[in-house]
Amino acid sequence: MLNTETIAVAMSGGVDSSAVAAMLRAEGHNVIGLTMQLWNQRRLAGHEGMPESVQGRCCSIDDVYDARRVAETLGIPYYVVNHEERFERDVVRPFVEEYLAGRTPIPCSLCNNHLKFDQLLIVAQQIGADKIATGHYAQVVFDEQLNRWLLKRPADKSKDQTYFLFGLTQEQLSRTLFPLGGMTKPEVRELARKHRLAIAEKPDSQEICFVPGGDYKRFLEAYLSEQGDMPTGIAGEMVTTDGKVIGEHAGVHNFTVGQRKGLGVATGSPLYVIQINNDTRQVVVGKDEELYSRTLRARRVNLISTAELREPMRVAVKIRHRHQPAPAIIESAGESAGPDEIQVTFDEPQRALTPGQAAVFYDGDIVVGGGWIENPAP
Amino acid sequence: MLRRVYLDNNATTPVLPEVLEAMRRYFGEHFGNASSIHHHGQETRAAVERARESVAALLGCRASEVVFTSGGTEGDNLAIFGLARKGDHVIASTIEHHAVLNSCKYLSKYPGMAACEVTYVPVDGCGLVDPADVKRALRPNTKLITIMLANNETGVVQPVAEIGKIAAEADIYFHTDAVQAAGKIPIDVNEIGCDLLTISGHKIHGPQGVGALYVRKGTWLEPMLYGGSHERSRRAGTENVPGIVGLGKAAELARAGFERGDDHADQKMAAARDHLERELLEIEATGLNGEGAPRVPNTTNIYFDGIEGEALVIALDLKGLAVSTGAACSSGAIEPSHVLTAMGLRPDRARASIRFSLGKQNTPEDVDFALALIPETVERLRELSPVWSKNALSI
Repeated sequence: MLNTETIAVAMSGGVDSSAVAAMLRAEGHNVIGLTMQLWNQRRLAGHEGMPESVQGRCCSIDDVYDARRVAETLGIPYYVVNHEERFERDVVRPFVEEYLAGRTPIPCSLCNNHLKFDQLLIVAQQIGADKIATGHYAQVVFDEQLNRWLLKRPADKSKDQTYFLFGLTQEQLSRTLFPLGGMTKPEVRELARKHRLAIAEKPDSQEICFVPGGDYKRFLEAYLSEQGDMPTGIAGEMVTTDGKVIGEHAGVHNFTVGQRKGLGVATGSPLYVIQINNDTRQVVVGKDEELYSRTLRARRVNLISTAELREPMRVAVKIRHRHQPAPAIIESAGESAGPDEIQVTFDEPQRALTPGQAAVFYDGDIVVGGGWIENPAP
Repeated sequence: MLRRVYLDNNATTPVLPEVLEAMRRYFGEHFGNASSIHHHGQETRAAVERARESVAALLGCRASEVVFTSGGTEGDNLAIFGLARKGDHVIASTIEHHAVLNSCKYLSKYPGMAACEVTYVPVDGCGLVDPADVKRALRPNTKLITIMLANNETGVVQPVAEIGKIAAEADIYFHTDAVQAAGKIPIDVNEIGCDLLTISGHKIHGPQGVGALYVRKGTWLEPMLYGGSHERSRRAGTENVPGIVGLGKAAELARAGFERGDDHADQKMAAARDHLERELLEIEATGLNGEGAPRVPNTTNIYFDGIEGEALVIALDLKGLAVSTGAACSSGAIEPSHVLTAMGLRPDRARASIRFSLGKQNTPEDVDFALALIPETVERLRELSPVWSKNALSI
């Protein structure tokens, strides 16, 4: 036993975070289980096509029950903390607004930046925990030479969640543990079984936690209806890349760059959403090959492995969660741009650079940093 | 072993040893169904009726006016749904317990059920209902006023006798949820002038899962449970004999407490509460919620500016002190208090408020334990708070 720390574990009731609690407990640490109550699934029941009985995963009583049972099995204190207000302000509203602005948001990154590694970290410190541990598949290490905390891809590359963690600051990383970073998912399940945790066989969750059934359009409409905030005049034209109007659409939030299905227009060859122009409410469609481009602008960039980007750097860039990082050069976007804007130039054109998604920069397994993909210049 | 001190007696109280002792026999040797005609039934019937007399004595009513229930929530529901009918108007306050608030919400929300209108009268900054507001809310079709005796979060005692007069003059029913008042202050249904009054066993050092509703003679209630003719056909179901015996014993002990002298546990509890309150208010940027209003002697609700009450509750629990804030939702997370919000507290101040509630078992040493922990914990929370700064104080 090197040293005993007090560690708060963010517990979701799933296998990963439960295994984290079990591991840290077995190592002799003082472990406190915390679950964030973020969203009330019943809130939108009955609104705009939402059924009266909503089966969502987020903060469901079943998950809290599971987490509580795990804590009881492990003999650790466990609490649910209410962060519904912050979650709505920092995650749900931006999620809705991004869609209404024709972008495709990633709420999980916002939740990590604003809730898990911010609010929850503060609560953890306030209740006497030195660090917070989560069930993310990622690694955090301190590099003596760089004098910086580094975020690295996990051993199990198929579970890599670093894409959602690019926003973590040095301060946050210094207080964070990812105990699953060196393990594979089967090993994690085996560990949960070994500790006789009731959730060992629980299936993995995939969807956005607060959107029941993954139906984001229905969620948007239900939320806007509840807020009495149904946007008007959101319908617009569907145009081809050469400017020909070929139809109409009911709102830009129904589309994402690269989308093929559900365009509501029939032509001889397959059409894809190439671009969404929020100012004109136009959805631009075209051929698959028109989806490719070599450059993107990332905004609100957070750098991790280096304090600043003095000269162009060769990296691999990931532009969506399920994307093989592609070789590229990143460089400061120049005098005219903001200080946290970075220009990315890929070696090869990439398909469907989607505004609202993140561009995360990798140097091997090390996360250099990342930012939010901006709308292409008109 | 961590020393644990429990100052959350408005949530529930430990069963007193005498109560447990009284109940014990009714799990074993005296097991009869109180409705049975044989010896075994007669034994438990007698025990149930003795308990009814004890409860009646605590409330100043007749034994025949006491209906045993499963607890405070059932009592409140039976009073409201037992009386309100389609087209009726009901008056409640904004600070009622959820057992009353959500029953009223259901009355107005589901037209098929009842289609009632409900007026919620406000409270002032001290958490008091103004009887004049109740009077103004009266309508020709008002059937029922339901306003609590003491609030669970602040301990503020409402002017129920004045409201009782208003109800009597207007010839409408008056129900009061006395769950948080029973055992803490003397109750007399005739002084209050209520027709219905709810109490709960586990808030007065009796067991959980049992309560009673006082129903004034001549008040006809539509039952919520149908079955046998138990409880004079007002509440069907085989009596929870051990629970009822426990409630009876707890009521007896509570009443004996009011009749004893100065050295009695209630006075000690009040003194301990006052001491705790005084010392906590010495911490900078704190204040008393409900200041200036009459309060039950066991409760104090204090805000500590710049903290999240939730974090303070957890931090204190990890050190062995059990206190609470707001109301817990089904997941166990803390929801913003509707009571403090109704009193006009700023949202951040409502979230920074903690309820301390003492019970008969608490000692002065328990209070000393709390006072040794709280100031330093509040200070640490404030140091780590993103919104707190010393400068904020001077603004």
